[in-house]
Amino acid sequence: MPITINGAEYELDVDPRTSLLDFLRRDAGLTGTKKGCDHGQCGACTVLLNGQRINSCLTLAVMHDGDSVTTIEGLGTPDAPHPLQAAFVRHDGYQCGYCTPGQICSAKAMLDEIAAGWTSFVSDDVAGTPKLSEEEIRERMSGNLCRCGAYSNIVAAISEVAEAQA
Amino acid sequence: MKPFDYQRAHGLDDAGQLLVADGAKPIAGGTNLLDLMKLEVETPTALVDVNRLPLGGITAHGEGLYIGALVSNCACAADPRIRSDYPVLARAILAGATFQLRNKATTGGNLCQRTRCYYFYDLSQTCNKRAPGTGCAAIGGFNRIHAILGASDTCIATYPGDMAVALSALDATVEIHDVKGDKRLVPVRDFHRLPGDTPERDNVLEPGDVITGVVLPAPAGGTQLYRKVRDRASYAFALVSVAAVIHVEDGKIAKARLAFGGLAHKPWHDARVEALLEGEAPSDALFDQAAALLLDEARGQGSNDFKIPLTRRTLKAVLREATGGTL
Ligand SMILES: Cc1cc2nc3c(=O)[nH]c(=O)nc-3n(C[C@H](O)[C@H](O)[C@H](O)COP(=O)(O)OP(=O)(O)OC[C@H]3O[C@@H](n4cnc5c(N)ncnc54)[C@H](O)[C@@H]3O)c2cc1C
Ligand code: SF4
Ligand code: FES
Ligand code: FES
Repeated sequence: MPITINGAEYELDVDPRTSLLDFLRRDAGLTGTKKGCDHGQCGACTVLLNGQRINSCLTLAVMHDGDSVTTIEGLGTPDAPHPLQAAFVRHDGYQCGYCTPGQICSAKAMLDEIAAGWTSFVSDDVAGTPKLSEEEIRERMSGNLCRCGAYSNIVAAISEVAEAQA
Repeated sequence: MKPFDYQRAHGLDDAGQLLVADGAKPIAGGTNLLDLMKLEVETPTALVDVNRLPLGGITAHGEGLYIGALVSNCACAADPRIRSDYPVLARAILAGATFQLRNKATTGGNLCQRTRCYYFYDLSQTCNKRAPGTGCAAIGGFNRIHAILGASDTCIATYPGDMAVALSALDATVEIHDVKGDKRLVPVRDFHRLPGDTPERDNVLEPGDVITGVVLPAPAGGTQLYRKVRDRASYAFALVSVAAVIHVEDGKIAKARLAFGGLAHKPWHDARVEALLEGEAPSDALFDQAAALLLDEARGQGSNDFKIPLTRRTLKAVLREATGGTL
């Protein structure tokens, strides 16, 4: 079975050692997803797998036939940006931009997780309904490092989109 | 990464047969195994993908719950029954790694995650766990994250995970399918091993074994806390962590269940400490005694000496909070 990436199907005819990240960049030609550490420590490679955020560097492409992946290219385009992409631009949520595709894919999934009622380690009541606060956003986005330290503006961009959706 | 044969298990018996071969390893989320394979710390010749086995879902099991081995850490911590009836487990899972990693990390893989000892990761160093018989560069080296309890002369590594610490406090059980097709149940408290003179063996799994699930006993009630002390506020392994389930009745500690992360080659559980607390009225003096008993055989290795007072203070803080005092 092929893998579906941003709605298009691709055959997984690759060396089993190929990470999903390398498959996206090299074999599918989708270079929006970035490689930072290649060890699950930075979040630059974050994509959505069947709607959930994962680190594409720590999974093998061959494990994902039949799965559906969304990368930054599938979230929005320069002409029709996703609300998060537009908010990152408005709030200067980056400097070099290297972490940005991962930040935006991660933020997209984070808003879905909150909508689904998932709590985090900083939620007061782990069994309760999560409330969106700056502290919650920082905890939930801790898997996405930004070497340029654009964190304040990233939080501002995500808060704006979250409030607009609420 | 070294080349390997990629095989997908079609059924548990098939998995057992594939895994009994020399050099074969199961892969679930891959978040620990692939990290180590990239560094060639792990060099399996055959990778058995267990992800399509029917080991998902959280189901009722007697008065407790059964968590399938493939349930992701995120799914487990988001389950309403886990959040309301086993909050110490939900909190411990949420304290580990990140949402991205926890979406892939599985219950079975999390239990089997390997140590974060720097020398284990570094092929240029001696390490009895990675290369038995070569020595242990951590003894006399940098050992800030290493064990203060239960270590041996061959290995002073710690088990790094959070989830299993809560499972130990809850006295959960690991269900294992073996190569003969039989199932056995191992208490989480006995699943991980102390290093002794075979530090290459982290746990009691044998070739061909597949973890199929984890059984939680009836909800423990009480006040359930998971406190994790680490170098940064998020996305870091524990220096010390405490999972606690405490019942206070009529001004006395009626029941205490405690397990500790970051201290040893396994989640640390000491029934003596629980017995000392039970039946007593909470007080700082009592908590001091509990900490002293917990740490009576603790030994620092140099750079981790700080863990002894840190554990004492963290345990006291948790006990104060759980018995209604302040921080
Ligand atoms: C940057 C980073 C930070 C992290 N921080 C934390 C943290 O703070 N706290 C924490 O607890 N963890 C942390 N982790 C570790 C993470 O929790 C583990 O990598 C994850 O739980 C492993 O699960 P997995 O399914 O991906 O396992 P895999 O990588 O697939 O496998 C791990 C091991 O388990 C074996 N295995 C898998 N499934 C089975 C099965 N069903 N039966 C038998 N054996 C099996 C594999 O053969 C392998 O040896 C972190 C990881 C990373 C990369
Ligand atoms: S402490 Fe254990 S894992 Fe670390 S170097 Fe020594 S033998 Fe290896
Ligand atoms: S490249 Fe995957 S987490 Fe850094
Ligand atoms: S914008 Fe440069 S790393 Fe984040």
